[in-house]
Order: sequence, then structure tokens, then C-alpha cells
Amino acid sequence: MNKKTFAAILLSILPALATAAGSHGALQHAGNDLSDNASLQRGAKLFVNYCLSCHPAAFMRYNRMGRDIGLTEDQVRDNLMFASEKVGETMQVAMRTEDAREWFGAVPPDLSLIARSRGTDWLYTYLLSFYDDPNRPWGVNNLVFPQVGMPHVLWDLQGRQAPVYKEEKAPDGSTARKIERLETVTDGKLSGAEYQQAVRDLVNFLEYTAEPIKLERQQLGKWVLAFLVVLFALAYALKKEYWKDVH
Amino acid sequence: MSAPRNALLQWIDERFPLLDVWNEHLAQYYAPKNFNFWYYFGSLAIFVLVNQILTGIWLTMNYKPDAHLAFASVEYIMRDVEWGWLIRYLHSTGASAFFIVVYLHMFRAMLYGSYKKPRELIWLLGMVIYVALMAEAFMGYLLPWGQMSYWGAQVIISLFGAVPVVGDDLALWIRGDYVVSDATLNRFFAFHVIALPLVLVGLVFVHIVALHRVGSNNPDGVEIKKVKGEDGHPVDGIPFHPYYTVKDIVGLVFFLFLFSIALFYLPEMGGYFLEHANFVAADPLKTPEHIAPVWYFTPYYAILRAVPDKFLGVVAMGAAIVVFFLIPWLDRSPVKSIRYRGVIFRAALGVFAVSFLVLGWLGTQPATPGLTTLARIFSVIYFAFFILMPWYTRIDKTAPVPERVTFK
Repeated sequence: MNKKTFAAILLSILPALATAAGSHGALQHAGNDLSDNASLQRGAKLFVNYCLSCHPAAFMRYNRMGRDIGLTEDQVRDNLMFASEKVGETMQVAMRTEDAREWFGAVPPDLSLIARSRGTDWLYTYLLSFYDDPNRPWGVNNLVFPQVGMPHVLWDLQGRQAPVYKEEKAPDGSTARKIERLETVTDGKLSGAEYQQAVRDLVNFLEYTAEPIKLERQQLGKWVLAFLVVLFALAYALKKEYWKDVH
Repeated sequence: MSAPRNALLQWIDERFPLLDVWNEHLAQYYAPKNFNFWYYFGSLAIFVLVNQILTGIWLTMNYKPDAHLAFASVEYIMRDVEWGWLIRYLHSTGASAFFIVVYLHMFRAMLYGSYKKPRELIWLLGMVIYVALMAEAFMGYLLPWGQMSYWGAQVIISLFGAVPVVGDDLALWIRGDYVVSDATLNRFFAFHVIALPLVLVGLVFVHIVALHRVGSNNPDGVEIKKVKGEDGHPVDGIPFHPYYTVKDIVGLVFFLFLFSIALFYLPEMGGYFLEHANFVAADPLKTPEHIAPVWYFTPYYAILRAVPDKFLGVVAMGAAIVVFFLIPWLDRSPVKSIRYRGVIFRAALGVFAVSFLVLGWLGTQPATPGLTTLARIFSVIYFAFFILMPWYTRIDKTAPVPERVTFK
């Protein structure tokens, strides 16, 4: 084999391995956009109203959030701060851990980094996949998080969903009931499409919270790469010049 | 050169062999003129080492080696420290880049027989660097104190427990506690930021001194010192500086381009450079459903899991690394470079490279029965490459090696 093709094959395998990351089954695509400030602001509003009563985002500061998503400190203070006094504080909850353990069986996890550990598609699908289940303490279960300990806090927006089952024959002849899809049984304040957009906004905000620098990092990357292209041309010309006399 | 600077140089040179060192290792170190693509990775490895040390020093300024504070301090660096995110990503991406560069550097040596006489000691020193680097990376990975930091360390340290008789005490001694804990974090921090970097820098120095004693190999595997000109220098050699300094800068900028793509656009590399589960703080009471080491350890992890017995698995994993040390004596071929070797060695090296990559992929996957069978097959191929080497390198047909290097 030609040595250059061999090297090319070897190098091309590395990123191919990297993209073979674990699949998550049937997750829906979140399709959120970090550069959409209006969406981030709506997401922030949903977050402080629905999530922040139980889930902290202990690494996220109010003033930094405001600055990054296009709000003044006064706007943040008036619209988004219910649990804290100073805009320099991080997003903590007032609930005590003992109470949390008693009410939910577990302490609600911090959501600062949830989009990086779970992924945005998982979060999006999770928030769309609550369904009625009278066997659970809060009367709901979840398709992507079976036996979930959290109530469906967005139910007044989405309404209630019930599972539609289908019978499936196993190889040994027995039949098992599997959930085929969910159907709405009670309408919420939002239509289906409006609810999906609301969840998308919320997931967008969570992705921002997980790495506030992300957009800026990608912006800076363009300049660094452009600089390196110019530097490469100069370095290559320099090398050519020096190597002229090597025969 | 202006007079005052000359005077300063002379003043120093009377007290320290500055000019001699400069000449011996750069300006009059004659390197073969036919270095190709594969010869960039040595200088790149030095660059990445310097990057790791510098970014590491700056990370240490804000990182807290304390089980209660470590995870939050990393996020503090990512969010509240000026440019902290860049320093952290330079360090985390640099760790993976280090292994990519080192694996390609080692593969180069295998392609062109750079471990063969008289360069056996360079190879051995390089292997010690590789092992030290693995220890450095393993201990560094505990420091962010995420779930995968914690449970990865738990799994790997428990492997020492498989050693007969003293195993459990040995694992306890390494951890300093019955489970991975604050005590473990503190000692790993000490090793990661002081002990091992000192060892690494020292070994790299010795590796280069040994190289410059015997001179660099090249893609033809020809000893350039055999043919010298009237000036006493090898006719196929050129001074490292300026020729290879300017050439390595080209390679460095190209490397930085790829490195920057990873750093600015793919710092997690789909969970391979930064694992998803490591964005959850370590929880000693909650085992993640799937524990996988970082990608650069996965070939060995796959070999470990391929062996049904735990102790023998640990032995196989250790052996998979130790056999590399023996290559200079396992290889019985009269020629160095793959260019003049026969089809058997070419095939063997190709199959070995594939098995290393496949094992690396398998080590990231959950151990299903089908994948375990695959891991067993490729583990056997992996070891066969080394065990059969004395035989197939001897019977392999070789082509005549030219007197001088090929250079167009």
C-alpha cells in the first residue's frame, strides 16, 4: 500500500470512531438555537417559574445570564429573581434538602450542567414524554425516564397524555403490552406546537446554562482558524525558501 | 551580530557551554534530509507537553483538590475565571492530543524500525515515557471529580485487588481509603501536578540526549553517518536548525489548526475527550450504568475484559503494554524500514494497527457477548503480532537497502 494512502486511512479512522458515540434510541431532535436571544429569554422565564423552585442551577449567576441573553440587571431583578437578593448570586433554591428527600424520595439534581450530561435531545424528549400512570406517586411516568420521581410540572401548559398500547408477541408465544404512542386526554393552556416551542426554549436555556461561553467560543474559533491559515501560508513559504538549497 | 550581544554571549560561554549545547542539539545536529509526514510527531509531542505544563500551572491556580470543592472549582474555572474556559479546554483537549501524537510517534518507529540497533535505548526510554504518561493521564482524570472520574478510578484501582495475596492491601494502600475518596484525590493531585511531570520532563530530556547520541533514523532506515563528506558531516544530513525548525513550524501550524477545530468546536468530541457522565459530580453511592475509560486507554480495557478471569485479565492488560518494550529484540529482520521489508511484515503491521483501533472501539462499548467474542479475537491478533514476530521477521523476504537515502 502506498504510504500516503495508508496514513490517510489511519487518520480518517480516528474521527469516524469519535462519531460512533452511543445512540439513545428514539429521541426527538430539540432543534434549539443558542443565538436566539428571544428564545433564551422565554426559556429563562420558564426555568425560574417551573424548575427553579426545586432544581438549583448553582453554577449560573443571574447577572451573567442577563448579560449573555440580552437583559438588563433591572429586567433580571424584576422578572427572573424570586429566590435571591443580589444579581451576583447563583441560582439556588429555597427548599431544604431534608424536605426534598421526604417529598420526592431524592434531592432534585442541579440543572447547571444537565444539558451536557444528558444532551439537549434527551431533555426535549423527556419534557414531551410524561404520561398518566396511577401507579406512580405523582400520577405520571415518563417514556425516556421510566419510574421518574418528578411530577409533570408543565402539565398545565401541555395538558395530560395517556399511553396507547399495542400487543406484541414475544418469540416464546406470550404477549406483552408496549406503549406505542401517547395521546392527549386533557388539553393544556398551549397547543401541541406551542408546547413544543416552549420546551425548545427551555432546553435552549439549559444548553446555554450548561456552557455559557459556548457561542463566544465558536465565534473566537473562526478568528483563530483564519489566523492559522495565514500563518500556515507564511510558515510554508519560509520552509520553501530555506529548503531551496537541499538537494 | 552587534558587539555588546557578542560580549554577553562570550561572557556566558566562558561560564556555561551555551554555544556547544546549541550546536550539538540544533545548529550542528545533522538529521537525515528525507524525513516525511511521520517525523512531525516527536516535536509535536514536546509542544503538547509544554502546553499541558503551562495550562496545568494556570489551572492549579483556581482548582481545589478537595472532594467537596473539586467539581465546583472546575465549573468556577469554566465560568468565572477570565479565559478559564480556554485554559481548561487547552488542557483537556491537549490530553487527548498528547496520546494521538504519541501513538502516531510510536507507530512511526514501528514503520521504519527506529527501535532497532543502535536505537534500542531510545525506544525503551520512549516506552517508559508512555507508561508515565498513562499514569499522568489516569491521575489527572480523577481531578475534575465527575462521575466517570470517580468510577473509572474505582474500577482501575480495584484491578490491583486481583493480585494474589497482597491485592486488597495494595488497592487500599493506593487509595488511602476503603473507597476512592478525598485522600485519593489529594495524592493523585500531588502525583499529577508535581511528581509525574518532573519524571516526564526528565525522561523526555534523556530520550532526546540518547537520540542525539546515535542520530535520527529515517524512512529508508539508512544510517546517514556511514557516508560522510569532506567536512566530516553526513552527506545526507542537514543541520536540524534551521532546516527542521522551519519545517516543524509548518507541521505545528497544521497541527494547531486541527487542534483548534477540536478545542473551539468539539471540546467534548462526542463524549470521547470529555465524557458526558463526567458533567455529573462524583457520587460514591450511585454507580453509572456504563463505565468506560477515556479513549486512549480503551484498547487495554478491551483486552482486560476479553479475559474471563479477573487476575489473568489484569496480567493480559499489563502484558499488552510490556510486550512493546521487547520489540527491539523480537524483530529479527536485517532491515529497518518497511520500505525494504517483505509482504509478511507489511501485512502483520497493518493487521496489528487495525486490531489496536478495533480494540480501542470495543473498549468504549458495553461488553455484550458478541462484542466480547470480537474482543477475544482481536486480543489474540494483538498478541500474535508480538509473539510471532521473531519468526515472521526472519522468514520475510527483504529488498536490498540502498547506500544513501532516497530524496526527490
